[in-house]
Amino acid sequence: MYEAIVFSPLAGAVVAGLFRKPLGPKPAMYLTTALLFVSALLSLFALYDVAFRGHEVTLQLFTWFAVGDFSADWALRIDTLTAVMLVVVTGVSSLVHLYSIGYMDHDPDQARFFSYLSLFTFAMLMLVTSDNFMQLFFGWEGVGLASYLLIGFWYKKPSANAAAVKAFVTNRVGDFGFALGIMAIYFTFGSVEFDVVFDAIAANAPVTPFGAEAAVPARDAVVPFLNWNVNAIELSAVLLFIGAMGKSAQFFLHVWLPDAMEGPTPVSALIHAATMVTAGVFLVVRCSPIYEHAPYAAMFVTAIGAVTALYAATVGLAQNDIKRVIAYSTCSQLGYMFFAAGVGAYGAAMFHLFTHAFFKALLFLGSGAVIHALHDEQDMRKMGGVWKKMPWTWGLMIVGTLALTGVGIPGTPIGFAGFFSKDRIIEDAFLAGEAGLDVGMLAFWMGVIAAFLTSFYSWRLIFMTFHGTFKGPASDFDHAHDAPWVMRGPLVVLALGAVFAGVLFYGPFVGKGQEGFWRESVYVAYEDHGDAAATDHGAAVAHDVSETETEDAAAIDDAADALEGAAAPAAVDAAETDAAVPDAAHAVVADAAHAADGGPPRYVEHHVPDWVLWAPFWVTLAGFVFAVLFYGLREGVGAAIAARGGPLHSFLFNKWYFDEIYDFIFVRGARGLGDLFWKGGDQGTIDRFGPDGVAAATLLSGKRVAKSQTGYLYHYAFVMLIGVAAFATFLLFSARGG
Amino acid sequence: MDVATLTASLQLAAPEVMLAVGAMALLMFGVFAGDRAAMLVNAAATLLVLAAGAAALFYVPADGGEAFSGSFVVDPLATYAKVLIAAMAAAALVLSSTYLQNEKLAKCEYPVLVVLAVLGMMMMVSSRDLIALYIGIELQSLALYVLAAFNRDSLRASEAGLKYFVLGALSSGLLLYGASLIYGFAGSTQFTEIAIASGEPSIGLIFGLVFLLSGLAFKISAAPFHMWTPDVYEGAPTPVTALFAAAPKLAAIVLIARTLFEPFPVLSDEWRQVLMAISALSMGVGAFGALAQTNIKRLMAYSSIANMGFALVPLCAGTLKGVEGMLIYMTIYVVTTTGIFACILAMRRREGMVEEISDLAGLSKTHPGLATALTVLLFSIAGVPPLAGFFGKLYAFIPAIEAGLYWLAVFGFLMTVVAAFYYLRLIKLIWFDEAEQPLIAAPREANLIAAGSALVVFPILILPFAAGPGLELISYAAGSLF
Repeated sequence: MYEAIVFSPLAGAVVAGLFRKPLGPKPAMYLTTALLFVSALLSLFALYDVAFRGHEVTLQLFTWFAVGDFSADWALRIDTLTAVMLVVVTGVSSLVHLYSIGYMDHDPDQARFFSYLSLFTFAMLMLVTSDNFMQLFFGWEGVGLASYLLIGFWYKKPSANAAAVKAFVTNRVGDFGFALGIMAIYFTFGSVEFDVVFDAIAANAPVTPFGAEAAVPARDAVVPFLNWNVNAIELSAVLLFIGAMGKSAQFFLHVWLPDAMEGPTPVSALIHAATMVTAGVFLVVRCSPIYEHAPYAAMFVTAIGAVTALYAATVGLAQNDIKRVIAYSTCSQLGYMFFAAGVGAYGAAMFHLFTHAFFKALLFLGSGAVIHALHDEQDMRKMGGVWKKMPWTWGLMIVGTLALTGVGIPGTPIGFAGFFSKDRIIEDAFLAGEAGLDVGMLAFWMGVIAAFLTSFYSWRLIFMTFHGTFKGPASDFDHAHDAPWVMRGPLVVLALGAVFAGVLFYGPFVGKGQEGFWRESVYVAYEDHGDAAATDHGAAVAHDVSETETEDAAAIDDAADALEGAAAPAAVDAAETDAAVPDAAHAVVADAAHAADGGPPRYVEHHVPDWVLWAPFWVTLAGFVFAVLFYGLREGVGAAIAARGGPLHSFLFNKWYFDEIYDFIFVRGARGLGDLFWKGGDQGTIDRFGPDGVAAATLLSGKRVAKSQTGYLYHYAFVMLIGVAAFATFLLFSARGG
Repeated sequence: MDVATLTASLQLAAPEVMLAVGAMALLMFGVFAGDRAAMLVNAAATLLVLAAGAAALFYVPADGGEAFSGSFVVDPLATYAKVLIAAMAAAALVLSSTYLQNEKLAKCEYPVLVVLAVLGMMMMVSSRDLIALYIGIELQSLALYVLAAFNRDSLRASEAGLKYFVLGALSSGLLLYGASLIYGFAGSTQFTEIAIASGEPSIGLIFGLVFLLSGLAFKISAAPFHMWTPDVYEGAPTPVTALFAAAPKLAAIVLIARTLFEPFPVLSDEWRQVLMAISALSMGVGAFGALAQTNIKRLMAYSSIANMGFALVPLCAGTLKGVEGMLIYMTIYVVTTTGIFACILAMRRREGMVEEISDLAGLSKTHPGLATALTVLLFSIAGVPPLAGFFGKLYAFIPAIEAGLYWLAVFGFLMTVVAAFYYLRLIKLIWFDEAEQPLIAAPREANLIAAGSALVVFPILILPFAAGPGLELISYAAGSLF
């Protein structure tokens, strides 16, 4: 079954890609879409089977390579974390495939498009199912390649090519860190298998890094890096996170994501909102054993995530391109996920990833419907008032916006998907901060401010796009209409997810059922002794658990096993009904199952002050009110503010001048250096005296030789006689000399 | 000489006798039948040449020994060379039939002259006496002079024939002068006697050797005696050029090997130095000279100069392996070059033959099969693995390296690189350029020979079956000089 999930997109990609000429566009489209739906249905079943019935498996397919001690397998590691990703990836991908049948209707190159989409899906599935870092890296690079191909899909557009190159190059920066991280892990543990590495860290087993004289406990291992001896786990964690920063467009490496909107809109929805960009979050969660024991790296993750959440939200305020606004929003939401993972709230991070996939894909596809209807117009300043023309799109976009801004009533199970996941992240950050993790408190405040900004720019988008008066060409307005059902259908499905995904899955992801849900796939360290590093780290504190690690690990396993059995369905049921109330969930002291077992409680009371609980609610409301004031009631207020905004507006509009700074330092610097080596080094020296010079000399000699062939008989005879004379003379002298 | 010896001698010279008698007969038949029978004579001549080759292979014992008082020898080397000469000459005859008809050159004399030239070549490879050597060379050369000018209405062909003749006469003069010096200082014209007499090398003998070698080098168009080659290759009718490029070169280089190894082992230090100079000059002139050519026949002329240089490299080693390497190289070269000329003969437009290399543009679209064959042949002659030409160069350079002639081998490698340029340029034209005006369908025999030689140089097909026995055979043939 898992093979089918992973490889049917590949089959679709290969068939559509190689046989696009004989097949034609239609069969390629339908085949890839059908295969994806098969994959998606199987994934749903997989989630049920793995997460709720506990049938985790690791399928070894075959050996990829084995060089000395260094080996990697192709494997499908299916645990809850993977299953969640499978559902997200195949679910969104299948809907995007379906949507693209409508959206790419007029494109001459449909087969290529669908082939790339399916190829992307395959690479993403390889990424999430890997059981070692090498396969992860394969998937990581595979999605990067597919992203590059799809951003540059309209390769005749120079801006699309530039964006594709930018995405690829920026990701290379991250990938460099990622590859170094893998090397550091192999250097330390002598293996790239998740199980080997994670078990060694969890058990603090002795490891022998290359070049070390004796084995040392895993958590104390050091590796030399840039002339320092650095803690191996911290170093690996930071390097891996640099990879995640590139892929997930975090602060400093975020610059490619807005430009990636040059690709077709379904691509933006699939790759640059729901799946690929969340690969970094997946990586951090997958490597939770590493980050749990790398407190400083985790603080770094938290800080970068929090800064990204706030930064991207501020930039989103001033953008006018509808897709760019959503792109910055994605960037910002990814920041939320990262700081959640950074403070150890892995469940919350994954939960937000899960819900975000629904509403962000919905927003992207909805904006795609608008763009499609308005003849590829993306500038919101040229839109307005189209809600009457496209009521479905308008309604669905409103749903997406409500989900994104996290509308819901704290203390009740009423709310959109984003309400459950985002609020939970903010609360977890607060708890971490309260427990002494300063960066957690920073993340909390930044998260709250970002929530306000999110609400503002999201409603600004709705008002500018759908309300007021239309500012584009009148003919566009007349022809505007809702998308056909092939496009509207996926939107409706996603909208259902955006409404209900939060309330339904709160229990298993972050609520009462979470332990039975995640089981071994997410690791949380339990430490109660006064280890300074550990108390610094929010994870241990956020969950406020008293337990020593090694000896009690067995007890946890027992508890988990008990849950896997009969208790699991009950727990799920419970989660879906009463525990779905966030407030109530926070108040639950301990799981009944644990209490009955006599085992230690794993997730205990989350005491969050009421003001924290309500803070996101109020700021979201405030953001909405401001948006109504500036953009909803009277048109032109926002524009006037923008015009008079002065330096602040320019600063935000120009994305904090990141592109300019990077252009100045890196692009021009690299180009200058390249010019120096190219013109001075290569052309001036190597080519001039090397290939070019030799070639020119050769050609010249050729011409000379040809010229010596005068055609005159006496020249020819002369040459012959000279030859004879020369040989005879030479031998005469050499014979005398000898 | 009694009757028994004469009979035995004639038996050993059976192929030559067949050719001589056959040539007379064909000439008589042609004179009476007129030019209408030219194609018939051509076919008969082809069969005759092949029959002579078969006779050399099957009728004459390979280890036959000497005839005509030691001036004529039949040994494995001679037999091997004769068979190959016969095959290449027959291929050239086959290739010429369509061309001659199209160009209104179908005359009976043509095949007769080719047969006489083959007779001369066979005598060359069998000669063990300075006089026999000269007769063989002159017999071959005179026939070829006429063939070069065969299209006598063409100014270029006449000029080519005349130049060839005058320079050929000069080279014959050099050769004869050398021969008389050798005779004067060694006291004999027979190789075995010279070998004995040259125990005390004298300046006169060395001078004689230099002149003799110069005369022979002219025949393989090695630099600096190569000047005639481009003009003659270009001016002569293409099938004649195809003949020039293969069989006579083989005959002459085998003759050089025999003339150096058998009578002058004592002078090997001297002649190896001359040979090295000739080899390096030829490689250089051939590689550089072809760069600026636009006419494909001229280009092939320089190519053959360079290839003769490569073939001389192993001989410079002066060892058995050197002779082996030369034979391997020459075998592959004559097959390849005949195939390439088959392709050149297929270059025809409605208004006539074309010879510019730019006319090859777009061949891959109009004649995919021919283009593939020509590409394989060009890759082979450029020395690209895994084609036969690569192994030819390999076997040519190894003896030189083993003999410590590193600079010669390195120079050879470099010239291979230079030469690769113009072969690759042809391939680029064939596959990547657009044709201005397509060629018309090629004659079937050209296609067949091109495809056949392309298959032969494609060693994946022949290596498993032919490499072992083939190398053994060549080693056996080369061994007859030691």
